[in-house]
Amino acid sequence: MTGRSPARLDVDRLIDDRRTRIIVCCGSGGVGKTTIAAAIGLRAAEHGRRVVVLTVDPARRLAQSMGLSSLDNTPRLVPGVQVGDQADGTGTGPAGSLHAMMLDMKRTFDEIVEGHADPDRAAQILANPFYQSLSSSFAGTQEYMAMEKLGQLRRADEWDLIVVDTPPSRSALDFLDAPQRLARFLDGKLLRLLIAPAKVGGRAYLRALNAGFGVVTGMLTKILGTQVLRDVQTFVSALDTMFGGFRERADYTYQLLRAPGTAFLVVAAPEEDALREASYFVERLDTERMPLAGLILNRVQQVPAAQLSAARSLAAAEVLQAAAPGRPRPGHHDGPSHPAPPHRGRGQLGADHQAASRQLTIAALQLHAERMAQAAAERRVAGSFAAAHPLVPVAEVPAQPEDVHDLEGLRRIGESFAAR
Amino acid sequence: MATRDTDWDGVRLHVVTGKGGTGKTTVAGALSLALAADGRRVLLMEVEGRQGIAQLFDVPPLPYAERRIAVGPGTSSRPGGDVFALVADPESALIEYLQMFYGLRHAGSALARLGVMDFATTIAPGLRDVLLTGKAAEAVRRKDGARGRSYDAVVMDAPPTGRIGRFLNVSAEVSDLARVGPIRGHADTVQQVIRSPETVVHFVTVLEEMPVQETLDGIAELRALGGIRPGGIIVNMTRPMALPPGQLHEAANGKLDLAQLAIGLKAAGLDDSQGLADALATELAEQARTTLGQEEQQQRLESARQPCYRLPWISGGMDLAGLYRLAAALREQKAA
Repeated sequence: MTGRSPARLDVDRLIDDRRTRIIVCCGSGGVGKTTIAAAIGLRAAEHGRRVVVLTVDPARRLAQSMGLSSLDNTPRLVPGVQVGDQADGTGTGPAGSLHAMMLDMKRTFDEIVEGHADPDRAAQILANPFYQSLSSSFAGTQEYMAMEKLGQLRRADEWDLIVVDTPPSRSALDFLDAPQRLARFLDGKLLRLLIAPAKVGGRAYLRALNAGFGVVTGMLTKILGTQVLRDVQTFVSALDTMFGGFRERADYTYQLLRAPGTAFLVVAAPEEDALREASYFVERLDTERMPLAGLILNRVQQVPAAQLSAARSLAAAEVLQAAAPGRPRPGHHDGPSHPAPPHRGRGQLGADHQAASRQLTIAALQLHAERMAQAAAERRVAGSFAAAHPLVPVAEVPAQPEDVHDLEGLRRIGESFAAR
Repeated sequence: MATRDTDWDGVRLHVVTGKGGTGKTTVAGALSLALAADGRRVLLMEVEGRQGIAQLFDVPPLPYAERRIAVGPGTSSRPGGDVFALVADPESALIEYLQMFYGLRHAGSALARLGVMDFATTIAPGLRDVLLTGKAAEAVRRKDGARGRSYDAVVMDAPPTGRIGRFLNVSAEVSDLARVGPIRGHADTVQQVIRSPETVVHFVTVLEEMPVQETLDGIAELRALGGIRPGGIIVNMTRPMALPPGQLHEAANGKLDLAQLAIGLKAAGLDDSQGLADALATELAEQARTTLGQEEQQQRLESARQPCYRLPWISGGMDLAGLYRLAAALREQKAA
């Protein structure tokens, strides 16, 4: 049950280290990844870094919390960041800045096409239904374009720290696989076969595969119709002549992720599902030799009155309920318990006061017991993770009572990264 | 068969969506159990290849085949019905489709080697979705000589809220792909099922800003599509607030009577009642602020004018017992 607690992840040291150029926040959906990415970006900016946060989450509230009406495909300067001297109070700190942007995957893909093909060709590709499908709904395009954007930002060299919030994939691993998968697909054997008829002559290896090819096109025609096949061929040959190296582009971003200066942060909530995903991710990063900085455990339950155990708290609540003049309900911890209103009569003022005091105290004790139980459950799942991954440093971010609405909220999250 | 009225009598396909982290798979599982009460036969279907159902019901990973995984809660008058599970993936669905309609029995592996399956299910616009929704539609319509329909209800653990409109709007999605032809015909059949009164889309959410926003956006999106019925809003992981409403604002603003709390603690026999009172008041204040925020979100949800259900937070982690508790809660509220 106990066991050594894992090493503490020092996020401040990571963002203060000028050699850190890219921080990738990954994790399953619904763990607060985007908020964490924004909080890290803000804190780094207030520590004097020139930061851009690349998010894929179209959450309006987050944009608003950064003082922007909405985020788009261009980095926007976030107002209200306390730069250098204001932040550390020494007046000597370097001036940092924070930009934020939201990935528009279709726009990013369109820009690649427009940048690599002459206008006629580009227009032809952009109008093709297969291109439109690929650029707007292919399962890996968002991940691929996030990586493409990351590469662009890195090459632009206007920022000294890029914080990336990865797409809310159905699984955290898609993020690593999708770019390769898309590249493999676009460079794939089938597509080579499909574009072959469009080329003059045909190479020897294609002739050898001709029989098989006939079967395939026959079948595709049967299922999809001839128009579809023509669309595919137009699309593929257009892409092919435009740039032959999707795989190389994917490889480039992959290498960028492995380069020194990149740090991965796995974000998880202290829940079984989220930590299971986090586990997979940690193992996968290890296999791929990607630089994992550590785990951020978000929304960890804090219990101010931790000195009082759940059991004692419930017992005390029972004592008070038993003392109540109205009949106490059994199974009190299933719901709120409101003792019957006291009778009006002699000494009612004192009785009222007593009843109110009792009621308030019972509520407090029951709530406390619940929070203790939840904190214990969280410690248990976090403990399992730590036991399986003893070398992964962990930073905890306390659960916030309310949604983050403004920079102040993001700043508060960032403060939990401070060395204690 | 209908022995009691529910909000969704006559519905045979329950599509369950929700933002990541809201417990969509858990709720789909609980709903399938609830529907399987009274001896009814239910298919629970997963379409995103995460093996979430297997984890939820604590069984080994499930194949592309219908397996019995649980029995619904029984009543005094009749035993619970069977819950079957199916993990549908587009490649298997495509192979099955080719077999059913073209008799292409052994072509699958050859096609897979050439990357045709990959091609067809990843890039052809909408094909992936039509294969998955098609599988659900097939299960809904399937007949089994002796008992009429094979399943009384099908529950689909569907893609997240952000993608649900596109996922279900099959006809429009494949219209670019196939203006005529067999896929088109297939899509039209699927669309008839999805747009029939026998199909509804339930939204799972928690009372936080972003999931609530996505729920409202998702319902609006379905309404704009026309013909696809939004179903219930299932608010998951709710906790009762121990404070009476009158004290909620006081607590949230840090204006609780600390002396009262200290007296109560003393009466309960707890030492250091002053320090403890301070700490407990902080806990109450945080909880009150959370609750007030949640009430605000609850009101926003009610603006959607769909039936709303509340499921309790299951402490100590989700397990089978917890799942049956959620199923009971759904039945009590007439969601099933």
